[in-house]
Amino acid sequence: MRWLTESYKWVERRVQLEAPVKDAMLHPVPKNTASWWYVFGSAAMTLLMLQVATGILLALIYVPSAGDAWNTLQLLNHEIPLGWFIRAMHGWGSNFMVAVVLIHMMQVFMFGAYKFPRELTWVVGVLLLLMTLGMAFTGQVLRFDQDAYWGLGIGASISSRVPIVGGPLVNLLLGGPIIGGATLTRFFALHVFVIPGALLAFVGLHVWMVLKLGVNEWPMPGRPVNRKTYDAEYHKLTHDDGIPFVPGALWKDLVFSAGIIVAVAVCAAIFGPYGPTGQPDPTIIQTAPKPDFFFLWIYAVLSYLPPSLETPFLLIAPVIGIGFLLVLPFWAGEGEKSWHRRPVAVIVLVTVAVLWGVFTHLATFTPWSPKMDAWSGSTVPAKIVHNLSPVERQGAVIFQSKQCRNCHSIGGVGGERGPALDNVASRMTEDQLIRQVIQGGGNMPAYGKNLAPSEVTALVRFLGTLHPAGQPAASDASRTAAAQFGAPSQTQSSSPTTSPQKTQ
Amino acid sequence: MTDIVKEEQHITHDDPKVVSRRWMLMKVGALMNAAAALVVAAPVIGYLLGPIRKKGGYNSWISLGDLKQFPVGETRLADYVNPYNHPWDGATAKTACWVRRIDKSKFQVFAINCAHLGCPVRWFPQSELFMCPCHGGAYYANGDRASGPPERGLFEYNYKVSGGELHIDAGQMPTLANEAKLKVLNNLNSDGKGCGSCAG
Repeated sequence: MRWLTESYKWVERRVQLEAPVKDAMLHPVPKNTASWWYVFGSAAMTLLMLQVATGILLALIYVPSAGDAWNTLQLLNHEIPLGWFIRAMHGWGSNFMVAVVLIHMMQVFMFGAYKFPRELTWVVGVLLLLMTLGMAFTGQVLRFDQDAYWGLGIGASISSRVPIVGGPLVNLLLGGPIIGGATLTRFFALHVFVIPGALLAFVGLHVWMVLKLGVNEWPMPGRPVNRKTYDAEYHKLTHDDGIPFVPGALWKDLVFSAGIIVAVAVCAAIFGPYGPTGQPDPTIIQTAPKPDFFFLWIYAVLSYLPPSLETPFLLIAPVIGIGFLLVLPFWAGEGEKSWHRRPVAVIVLVTVAVLWGVFTHLATFTPWSPKMDAWSGSTVPAKIVHNLSPVERQGAVIFQSKQCRNCHSIGGVGGERGPALDNVASRMTEDQLIRQVIQGGGNMPAYGKNLAPSEVTALVRFLGTLHPAGQPAASDASRTAAAQFGAPSQTQSSSPTTSPQKTQ
Repeated sequence: MTDIVKEEQHITHDDPKVVSRRWMLMKVGALMNAAAALVVAAPVIGYLLGPIRKKGGYNSWISLGDLKQFPVGETRLADYVNPYNHPWDGATAKTACWVRRIDKSKFQVFAINCAHLGCPVRWFPQSELFMCPCHGGAYYANGDRASGPPERGLFEYNYKVSGGELHIDAGQMPTLANEAKLKVLNNLNSDGKGCGSCAG
């Protein structure tokens, strides 16, 4: 072993890294920070290394050409030995990385670790989050399939809404007039060179600041941060009740990081790689593009916003959101760190988390989208058409053939864009149904132009049968009274066959 | 371990004049680098902004093929190869559009992209609606907005009929910043052109 010691000395004489490394490893950290809550930052870094490694492996095969990228993904999936596994590791690694970065951020927020003197560490962390999301989006583009193609279209459409420079922005984003070869190569450059380069540099700065400023102490209620006294307090804490970073805290980081890598590998092995979905051929329009998991919430928000609010929201909300994160440590740089004394922070975090969860959940089944094949693919339940008169049956056929089912479900099957119609007759009278079918409104297209009066009659008669067995259909009270008592003032015909023409 | 650099610093004692000259030379060097950076930056910025062209700068007249493909009263899917393309674009060089033939000489050519966020809209001839699979936008047969999040109707291309073929003025992905049609054209020429020629 003597030669080993000699060689070490020979190298160390030249690189002189021993002292700084020792300093970094043995610097004292507050004892209670050697906690399982403090492992997410290092896990995010481990995942970044995994992404770099698997990314390089994929780059051995992948061709960033719009005409070939999809084929090379197929090659990786099906022909290159274990290519599918490397793709799966990269895909799942990306999911885990976004998740771990977000958890790390939530933990730092809850522990008040962004307060003095770690403001800049937080700001760099926010930039790292944005870059991580940037990697997730550009990575989704490199998986050049239908979702990537139309996802780029959505990106271009959003960019086009920027006032004045919208048009040039679209050209810059796409690298030309359309989504094509130039688009993929620029996203390749971003995903492989620009963002990772910046990401690694900023991670270096982030970790450097953690080493220099010390690990944030465990927040204690009643021990607020004061700029004048903090440094002395922290110094005292680390020296009176501190332990060396290695091995006191590092062993938990190591165990957790190893666990994360194994979890990625297990997910990759069991669930396999993401896509690619269909070929990125713009003439194949039978597709319902969807973003990856972490962008689903945006997809949901965009379908619920009223049209007039959309452009302001798209352009202003990100600025406010990111601005809030960047300003936070300067605005609340002092004071209590403990969540026991920061109810607003807890409420904000819980609200954001719940909203994110709800929107993501909604986007998994997209109730706002018409079910494009419900009209031709879903059957009308037999018990609904049972005992119907011929004209009512005709109405059921019209209901299917005019694609009503794409937006309205019956028997739990069909679109959810509009209300389910199982009980529609118990809440709308015949006249109201006619008006709704012909004029539309409340987010329903008007069908007056492409339904013949006889078709409207049949359709409304069919809808009139849709009410629970023991419950009568809704009816116009005045008309019922008029029918019963024969009011002489009634001049309007109640026959549905004539009404459509009048309304038209 | 000794730090050679630090030791050397103790040895040299320079004349203050020499030191100030060195600082001046360093500033000259920094200035030269700034100038070099500008010289390099200008073409780099020009290179990066290369894809930007003014509205319609990528457009040209493209044939969608024989008029016979488009029966009167129907709306059919057509596609064309974008005039601005590269060999490595693969299938992405193609673009789809919806052609509605109103009568013998009157057409409407709609972009495939929903006016909301650009997803591909699908035509349903039975209900005479275009529906978008992404966020549920719907349009009438004439392209007007019917419901959902879009704030306007479908984007429409200018067209003209020549040599028995339908031509459209296209080349760029239609978005709110570039609405496919450069000018709103109403007049129909007697020779059956949708006045696309006026724009050309």
